[in-house]
Amino acid sequence: MMAICTGCSLLCEDIEVDFKDGRISTTKNLCRKGLGRYRSLYTERASPRVDGREAGLDDAISRAAGLLKEAKRPLLFGWSNSTLEAQSAGLDLAQKLGAVIDDTSSFCQGELLEMVLKGELPTCTLDDVRNYADMIFYWGSDPSNSHPRHMSRFSYYPRGEKRQRGYDEDRTAFVVDVRLSPTASMIKEGFFKLAPGGDASFMESMLAALGGKIPRLQDKKKVIAMVNTMKRADFGAIFPGLGLAYSMKGRMDILKRLVDGLNETSKYSVIPMVGHFNMRGFNQMLFEKTGFINRVSFADGVEHGPKQSIIEASKSCDVALIIGSDPISALPGGVARSLAKIPTIVIDPHRSLTSELAQVIIPSALSGMEAGGSAIRMDGVRVEFEPIVQGGGSLPDVEILKRIAEAV
Amino acid sequence: MLSVMEIYQLTPKTNCKKCGLPTCMAFAVALLGKEKKVVDCPPLMEEAKYQAKREKLIEAMAPIEGASETGLIIHEEKCYGCGNCVVACPVNVANDPKGTALGFGPTNDKAILVVEDGVVKCLNVEECRRFGPNKILCNACTATCPSKAIEFV
Repeated sequence: MMAICTGCSLLCEDIEVDFKDGRISTTKNLCRKGLGRYRSLYTERASPRVDGREAGLDDAISRAAGLLKEAKRPLLFGWSNSTLEAQSAGLDLAQKLGAVIDDTSSFCQGELLEMVLKGELPTCTLDDVRNYADMIFYWGSDPSNSHPRHMSRFSYYPRGEKRQRGYDEDRTAFVVDVRLSPTASMIKEGFFKLAPGGDASFMESMLAALGGKIPRLQDKKKVIAMVNTMKRADFGAIFPGLGLAYSMKGRMDILKRLVDGLNETSKYSVIPMVGHFNMRGFNQMLFEKTGFINRVSFADGVEHGPKQSIIEASKSCDVALIIGSDPISALPGGVARSLAKIPTIVIDPHRSLTSELAQVIIPSALSGMEAGGSAIRMDGVRVEFEPIVQGGGSLPDVEILKRIAEAV
Repeated sequence: MLSVMEIYQLTPKTNCKKCGLPTCMAFAVALLGKEKKVVDCPPLMEEAKYQAKREKLIEAMAPIEGASETGLIIHEEKCYGCGNCVVACPVNVANDPKGTALGFGPTNDKAILVVEDGVVKCLNVEECRRFGPNKILCNACTATCPSKAIEFV
C-alpha cells in the first residue's frame, strides 16, 4: 500500500509498504532515514510510567494534568514531530494554562523561517523548483545527509516541466560549506569551501561582485563567474541549512540584501532546510495566532522574546511538558541540567534520554504510521496522511493533549 | 577499485599461454571482464611457488565475483537510499516518464535501479547501457552517488 514518510520535512508520498503477518516486511522508495523511522515502529517503544514505575495510561494522563495544574510557569516544548491537529490542541492547552510554548525552531531554522513567513524573503514550493529552477544553491546544507531524497525528488536530478533535460544540461548547482560534504562531492566545480563562520564575509564578496566591484575574499575570478552565472539564471532556489543559520545568527539582513540584489535581474527564492517533519507547521500556526513563530508565553497576554525560549525558560519554569523531542540529549549540558531538575512530562512514541529522566511518560502513536493527520512540508505545502498500521495500543498525540486539557 | 595492473601483478607473468590467451596481461583483462576465472590459470593453481599470489588474487577478485553482468557492484552498507541514481539513470527516465523522470519512485517494473528497504537494488540488468558487447560506458549512477556506494568493475 502507498504511504507517507514522516522521517523528515520532505514528507515523501510515494512510499510503497508491504506487510507480512501484520508487520512491515519490505518498503520501496524509502531512504535510509525514512527506513529508520519505519523500523522504529518495533523498537524502543515507550510505555506509560509515573515516577519511575509502570502505570496505566489514565494514571499517567491525570498525573500529568495534576502537575501542569499546580505549576506556576509551565513550559510546553517540542512540537516539531507532531501533526497540525496535535499542535493546535497544544496551543489551546498553552493558552488555557498560561504556559510558555516553544519548539525546536528556537535553536534551529527559526530566524530564517520567520523572515520567510513574514514575507521578507521570497519563497516558492519545491514543485516549482523541480519544474522551473535552473540554479540551485545549497548554502550550509548537506541534503544528501539531512534530506536524502531532496536532490532526487525536487532540487537537482529530476526533470520538470521547463527542465526536460535534467541536471547535466538544464540545472547548475553551487554548494557553500565548511567541508567537502557528500553533496559537495557530487558538485565539485560549484563548491566553495569556507572557514567556519565565514558566511557573512563570503556574502559580502558576492554582493561586491553583484555590484560590479572586485570581491576581496576567496578566489576572485571564481566568485565573479559564479555571480554572473547566478545573474543569468531564470529561476533560482537557495536552500540555507543549519550551517548558515548558526554562522549568520542576527546578521540575516545580509542574506536579504543578497537575495534582493539577485532579484533585480532574476528570480530567486529561499526555502529553509527544515529538519523535523512538521516544524514549519507549528511556526506557521503560532505565527497566524500571535504574530511570532516561537518563544511565546501566554501568562500575561502574548509575550515573546529570548526569555521565553527553551534555553532561558528551562531555568525559570517549574514543570515542562516535552512532546516528540529529546532536548536532554540534543541541547547543551547547562540546559539539560536545568531541565533534569524540574518535573517533566514526556509524550513520545519512543524511549529517549529525556524520557528516562521524566516523572511522567505517556506513550503516543507514531504519526504517519499509527496515527493520521496533516503536516506542513518544508516549503509550506500541506500534506494529509492516514494511518497505515492498526493498533499498537497508544493514543495519537492529539487525543492525549485533549485529555490532558480536559483534566486540567 | 581493482585495476588491470593490480591483477596482472598477481598472475605468474610467464606468458605460458596455458589459459588459451597469448599473455598474462590478456588474462588479467579477461579476469576483470569476467570472461575467465582464476582457476583457468593452471600454473597459478598447481605450482606451489605461486601459492601466495593465488590466495591474494582470489581474495582480490572476491568483490568482482558478486558484480552483475554489467560489472555493477553495490556496496549496500554505504548506500543512503537517496535515489539519485534511480532518477539520474537515462534508461529509467526513458522507460518511466511519469515516475522516475519526475523524481518519484518507479511506477512500472522496467526500472534498472530501485530503492528497496533503504538500499538501492539492481533489476532488469539487460536494459543497462553497459550490458552486452556493444556497451556504452555510461556513468550516470556512479557520478551521482553521494556515498560512492555504486561502482563499475
